Amino acid sequence: MEDAALALRNVAFSWRGPHPFSLDVAAFSLARGESVLLLGESGSGKSTLLSLICGIVAAGAGQVAVCGTDLAMLRPGARDRLRAERIGVIFQQFNLLPYASVADNILLPLRFAPDRRARAGDAGGEARRLCAALGLPPGVAAARAGTLSVGQQQRVAVARALIGAPPLIVADEPTSALDATAQASFLDLLFAQVAKTRSALLMVSHDDRLGKRFDRVIHMDDLVTAGRVPA
Amino acid sequence: MILRLAFASLRARIVTVGMTVLAIALSVGLFLGVEKVRTGAQASFADTISGTDLIVGARSGSVQLLLYSVFRIGNATNNVTWESYLDIARRPEVDWIVPISLGDSHRQFRVMGTTPAFFEHYRYRGDRALAFESGGGLDDLYDAVIGADVAATLGYAVGDPIVVSHGLASFTDHDEQPFRVAGIVGKTGTPVDRTVIVGLEAITAIHVDWQSGAQRPGEPTPVERIRQMDLTPDAVTAALIGTQSRLQIFGLQRWINEYPEEPLLAVLPGVALQELWAIVGIAETALIAVSAMVVLTALIGMTGMIFSSLNERRREMAIWRAMGARPATILGLLVLEAVLMAALGALLGFALVYAALAVGRPVVDAAFGLWLPLDPPTWRDAAVLAVVIGAAALAALLPALRAYRLSLADGMMVRI
Repeated sequence: MEDAALALRNVAFSWRGPHPFSLDVAAFSLARGESVLLLGESGSGKSTLLSLICGIVAAGAGQVAVCGTDLAMLRPGARDRLRAERIGVIFQQFNLLPYASVADNILLPLRFAPDRRARAGDAGGEARRLCAALGLPPGVAAARAGTLSVGQQQRVAVARALIGAPPLIVADEPTSALDATAQASFLDLLFAQVAKTRSALLMVSHDDRLGKRFDRVIHMDDLVTAGRVPA
Repeated sequence: MILRLAFASLRARIVTVGMTVLAIALSVGLFLGVEKVRTGAQASFADTISGTDLIVGARSGSVQLLLYSVFRIGNATNNVTWESYLDIARRPEVDWIVPISLGDSHRQFRVMGTTPAFFEHYRYRGDRALAFESGGGLDDLYDAVIGADVAATLGYAVGDPIVVSHGLASFTDHDEQPFRVAGIVGKTGTPVDRTVIVGLEAITAIHVDWQSGAQRPGEPTPVERIRQMDLTPDAVTAALIGTQSRLQIFGLQRWINEYPEEPLLAVLPGVALQELWAIVGIAETALIAVSAMVVLTALIGMTGMIFSSLNERRREMAIWRAMGARPATILGLLVLEAVLMAALGALLGFALVYAALAVGRPVVDAAFGLWLPLDPPTWRDAAVLAVVIGAAALAALLPALRAYRLSLADGMMVRI
């Protein structure tokens, strides 16, 4: 059986610091090609969950597996490499290095992921193809990312997440900076491309109107037990 | 690609980065400029006298002998008698010998009595001979040749009268025997510029009526009678010697130093100049230290600039991290940016120095007699470049380590 794109089991994470808190996930999995919308207000532990999944922070106990690889078994450097190879990340906004060209922004993750670069083949051509498929104007690849509109920047971020077809796409409120019509066309393009690469899509949002496009909708409250640890 | 992105990042912050690069460029330029002036000054200094194999004077220290005979600073403790001078001159090793007689002055400038052979044999800056800017050499007993600084300061022209004063800073003038400016020597950057040169016999002539440093009372001897007299001096202050062959220098030096009739000292001008430079050189060390401080200041400025940019770049760091960059990559990125800035600044500094040298060299030579060499960059210059870049990388480690820690703590989730 093919490993799930993402599998969490008995994950316990606690943050010690000035504002200590804890976060527990009993079980969650995301199959290959599946799309899941995670609904939650800010402060519900979304950021921490995404950091755990991306291997930026390590869980205290339990298993976080990306494509069958348990992140806890990896050293920090290997976790960074795994993230580059397997996960495409899209932020809410400010996704791009404003001073770099669109092409360099799209190709940046490949710099840290040789396997993904190999999968992408002709990386420059692939970047241009993705730009065209995402409805970006021709010749945009050479432009400085900072000169693009917010909507265009988000599409470049999608192209960057999708290049080299990583098995998992993690999107953190990617539409919150867009107006309603831009949101719809953005999601159309995102879903079309994710379907093409057969990547799993995990999107976090507070907007439940987006739900009907996804295979599953999960509420943060049902998934995680987040709590403040008494100091 | 990382290098390209680092360049793009720097270009995006062109104003602050430009200022930092400029500061580094100016500081490196200053450092190298001081270095060039220093080597130029040292070379000019070492070139004050060349072509002379030995300087002979009464026994004292070699630096002291050099100071009064060549630089006309301080006084001779004793003279060399004319008999000793002739004994030396008769040695087979001696190719030529030029006597020097010091002790009188004109205004703030020293008067030197010598023979026309001085103009023939005195060399400076390699193999340059003294050249007359106007007029000519010593023909008449009362002819004087003045250096460029003397002419410029006192506004003298050929044909003007000069009255020599007795001793240094004296109120007694040899006004009964005025001299005439016969020639002006072009700027040399050597003490010759500040010297009034007269004939050796003229020194004897103006002291005909003097005994033990005081003027004999009574009527001065008329000039017509003096011209008839034998004006061979009793003693000279020092002498410059050229030998037949360089191999004979040390033999002749030993012979003079062991001369039984009178305690004499013969020194090699090059060796004495080096000894003297070792003393003067303390000032140059201070100059170097100050310009090194300026470079350090520029690097600290750059470090501060990187520090202050960190906060606004946290978002950027988070993007790098999300794309799979390790914290070490972020550290490397910041160090790379610092190295690029330092390299750019240092190269610009080089260009500034060489441009300034190319333009200002003739001006400096004319004004100060300081010949700055326009040599290709030396290994020493390359070492300066390497040290500046290395120091920049080290200095950038501080903010880079902070960025490293920030990126570990922030991960990819920075809310701005």
